[in-house]
Amino acid sequence: MPSNLLLPPRHYLNDGYGVWSWLLTRDHKRIALLYLAAVTFFFFIGGAFAVMIRLELATPAGDMVSDDTYNKLFTMHGVMMVFFFLIPVIPSVLGNFLIPIMIGAKDLAFPKLNLASWYIYMIGATFTTYAIVTGGLDTGWTFYTPFSTASSTTNVIPAALGIFVTGFSSILTGLNFIVTIHKMRAPGMTWFRLPLFVWSHYATSLIMVLGTPVLAITLLLVAAERLFKFGIFDPELGGDPILFQHLFWFYSHPAVYIMILPGMGVVSELVAAFCRKPVFGYSVVAFSSLGIAILGFLVWGHHMFVAGQSVYAALIFSLLSFLVAIPSAIKVFNWTATMYKGAVSWETPMLYAIGFIGLFTIGGLTGLFLAAVGLNVHVTDTYFIIAHFHYIMVGGTIMAYLGGLHYWWPKISGRTYNELLAKVSAAIIFFGFNLTFFPQFILGYLGMPRRYHAYPPEFQVLNVLSSAGASLLGVGYLLPMAYLAWSLRYGKLVGSNPWGAVGLEWTTTSPPPTENFAETPVVTWEAYDYPTRVEGHVA
Amino acid sequence: MAPRVDALYFFLVAVTTFFSLLIAGLIVFYAIRYRRREPDAVGARIEGGLLLEITWTIIPFLITMVIFVWGASIFFAMSRPPDETLNIYAVGKQWMWKFQHLNGAREINELHVPLGRNVKILMTSEDVIHDLFVPAFRVKADVVPGRYTQIWFQPTKPGTYHLFCAEYCGTQHSRMTGRVVVMEPSDYQTWLATSGTPGALAAAGETLFNDLSCNTCHRRESQSRGPSLHGLVGRTVNLEGGDTLVADEAYVRESIVNPSGRITAGFQPVMPAYQGLVSEEGLLALVEYVKSLGDASPTSHAQ
Repeated sequence: MPSNLLLPPRHYLNDGYGVWSWLLTRDHKRIALLYLAAVTFFFFIGGAFAVMIRLELATPAGDMVSDDTYNKLFTMHGVMMVFFFLIPVIPSVLGNFLIPIMIGAKDLAFPKLNLASWYIYMIGATFTTYAIVTGGLDTGWTFYTPFSTASSTTNVIPAALGIFVTGFSSILTGLNFIVTIHKMRAPGMTWFRLPLFVWSHYATSLIMVLGTPVLAITLLLVAAERLFKFGIFDPELGGDPILFQHLFWFYSHPAVYIMILPGMGVVSELVAAFCRKPVFGYSVVAFSSLGIAILGFLVWGHHMFVAGQSVYAALIFSLLSFLVAIPSAIKVFNWTATMYKGAVSWETPMLYAIGFIGLFTIGGLTGLFLAAVGLNVHVTDTYFIIAHFHYIMVGGTIMAYLGGLHYWWPKISGRTYNELLAKVSAAIIFFGFNLTFFPQFILGYLGMPRRYHAYPPEFQVLNVLSSAGASLLGVGYLLPMAYLAWSLRYGKLVGSNPWGAVGLEWTTTSPPPTENFAETPVVTWEAYDYPTRVEGHVA
Repeated sequence: MAPRVDALYFFLVAVTTFFSLLIAGLIVFYAIRYRRREPDAVGARIEGGLLLEITWTIIPFLITMVIFVWGASIFFAMSRPPDETLNIYAVGKQWMWKFQHLNGAREINELHVPLGRNVKILMTSEDVIHDLFVPAFRVKADVVPGRYTQIWFQPTKPGTYHLFCAEYCGTQHSRMTGRVVVMEPSDYQTWLATSGTPGALAAAGETLFNDLSCNTCHRRESQSRGPSLHGLVGRTVNLEGGDTLVADEAYVRESIVNPSGRITAGFQPVMPAYQGLVSEEGLLALVEYVKSLGDASPTSHAQ
């Protein structure tokens, strides 16, 4: 590999300087970086709330903050992380940057709409931040009625409005991706030559477009009941509080798949690239994404097994929840099989991919505990469920995101980061994550309810372990911030294909030109079509 | 119930452990065995395999169906209280649990129950959604305003057990806790005798029934303006419009707070709504009174 690499003379990062060249850009790559800055900011706000939660829970007494403050902390942690980080993170950053390049297009189908999506996201996030600064929100991220409409005295309406607005960003991004994937593929890029990253984003986009409006309406109804006393959810006014839960989870369960499906797409790319091998069972993995997207809409009732729904409704939702586990299991087996006879490298992105597969497996299998309705009764609303969904969302989504960010960082920035530091922080994150969340499974089985500011002293040991893990995890997340930022200026330059991977994104320069390709590529090969030798990454 | 729940729990722990170790073991083994030895090496060209795909679709499917049926059967047992139960009423409010025993005894954040009896708790909320959770008994159910929900359990060991609110309900959610005291039957009898008199809750309900003048219309005579309430709970009721339902506590409550919703066939919707006029505890006393009214009704032959 040549040692005297230079940045390409013309690329998207030097195509205009100054604030307006960013704030008015229509380049999907620059918009992706706008999202990167924004979601990182909200991640660290949400993370700061988590740190305070874990500090409070280090002792059984509610002694660090007041109960009202604690309730606001876990609410704002949830709201920030779910709506302003986990849902947008992979699609808006990696999806935005990569989908057009992966399919050989110059940009998304609607570049202005893409920029508008970012502004809508920022407006919504700002509204909610305003709600937090001026008094907070204490309803839990789930906004359960009638507490949210009749009892809470905090800023429910501004917070809900922010989420309502941000929902449109999600809808428009999904729409943009769907149209782009249908209409903008390069000549020869057939559906079954698409990288699995694109397939999973296609499935995700369907959920965004079909599910998000339901959340929007639900939040509007909450605001309407709070403001005008319409009797929709509050039984005092003739409403039904369980109706809210049906509407809320009709979106918010599929939203879990908005968070995890893109992560699955990233992991498919990582496993293929770092084994230099086609993904085992390409079409099965592709269709399992669609299967998850469709079945995901039919399982919302499993959030309500103890809410008083009929026994038969509970059984049907239980059955369907087991069925949705199967496409996820299939993916795990296929990724594992991909490693068989691969040329497996142990570079940082692969470490994240392996971490994802392991943690997602545990997260998915503990989902079976919750789908089994007779067992759900005991563990729901306890720390078991907290542990379960953090294994999926943190162990799954964030692991995949960080893996993807490291994998495509040379493409995004044209430079590479410090590999040793990156490996160390991946290890810290993996270890810190397990130390934080594994004890919570046990806590939940022992009966510690979630959203408790103070707890019986017998739960302290496990809580201290969890808090210790959280401090490690915090360090683990700060490190990549530091060394990735450092690499922007001091990182070693890389060529167009530092990993020796296949995929259209590795055929263009690093960083790519604004129009992505000097000339429109013509695709004559299948996805993950590795030659017999490749020019490898010499670190 | 706890042993049945735990059996499934530990079965699932075994399944989880097995598959986690299998996947982790394979990944680590492949990562070492097939580690990249030369920078330009590539993996073997293996596109997939139908037989494997079918295998790892069917095996998880079968395992999950076993878990589904197992979990469902436990849930059936949880949802169907035995015929003979000791009935207790509970009202959740921000931020306390109020229990009412049939002898009129009231407890706050503490619940005394006898060893070995099947205990059924009928619950509702005065304000927001709460959730009664006794981890030791593996029971939990949301306590929803405007609805009745129930749990049942059979204590098998004397002692005191945690009782939690498991649905977030505002400022002092984490203080909406208490304890369940499981007593030897003889101790429980002593406790009952000193804490109230038999039938006191139904008697309180009867007083309220008369104070609210319910008795002017709801009488045993077939000519009365309201249907007779004797033997109502558990009976099939024919409704205006042709529907039928089996009357339960929730129907009694609904018929007090919003009587025009489901009218008994042959009667006019003339009863005023008592929404907001009777406390949830008062409603439970009325429900208990209605339940205490005997079967023998002079109008029953007219049904």
